[in-house]
Amino acid sequence: MGSGPEVIIFILMALVSIAAAVMMLQSRNAVHSALWLVLNFTAIAVLYVLLNAPFIAMVQITVYAGAIMVLFLFVIMLLGAEQLQAMTGVHGSERYHRAVAIVLVVLLVGGFGYLVTLGGIGSGGETAVIDASPVALGLRLFEGYVLPFEVTGVLLLAAIIGVAVFTRRKKKEA
Amino acid sequence: MELTINWYIALSAILFSLGALGVLLRRNAIIVFMSIEMMLNAANLAFVAFARHLGDLDGQVLVFFVITVAAAEVAVGLALIVTIFRSKKSINIDEINLMKG
Repeated sequence: MGSGPEVIIFILMALVSIAAAVMMLQSRNAVHSALWLVLNFTAIAVLYVLLNAPFIAMVQITVYAGAIMVLFLFVIMLLGAEQLQAMTGVHGSERYHRAVAIVLVVLLVGGFGYLVTLGGIGSGGETAVIDASPVALGLRLFEGYVLPFEVTGVLLLAAIIGVAVFTRRKKKEA
Repeated sequence: MELTINWYIALSAILFSLGALGVLLRRNAIIVFMSIEMMLNAANLAFVAFARHLGDLDGQVLVFFVITVAAAEVAVGLALIVTIFRSKKSINIDEINLMKG
């Protein structure tokens, strides 16, 4: 899918995104976690540009790194939850979770290794770069995916109503 | 060196694993939620990589839908967290055990 400078950019962005993910997981302060996640999303957006998906990259930055993470930060600060952390040490369920997590990682990496060595992903010829402009993407979206598009609209409406119902303060409580 | 789809799938697998680790190991509900977002992102990266590899736009269209659903899911999930915090004064997922039989 490319060589030379693209390899360098990929390695750089891969390292940044992995480092940001690790920092997000281990940072004590939830606000720091959110900011590390923004860095992770931005690095992935750069990878989308490399992968001939400029519009998806822009959506990633505006919707994910922008809107969704602002929502996260808003809620963290609204709750004052930045310091709320596991106050206890390792207890039973956590040890169990750790074992499950390790098994999961091994399975995932093993599955990937299997796919690359025996499954044949990555073999086969290189396909040509296709037109992935917003116009082409929109045409594909509305020619082949009209029903899913409409269903997504209904889903968003349901989410709006759900959020309004959840966060409404009942008069008797107040 | 040639940049192949394998590299992208490997990165996607690593990010997904890190997200799964976060879901399993962290106790703060908001951090767990962010980890879920990271797993969705890893899946998106795999989608776009395969779209590029196969020369097909459908993968990118699917990423579109994933991002939309993720946005809706974040809104509902954070509303749930706010509601739980109001009643229990905590978002430690070990203390949210009302459904325990």
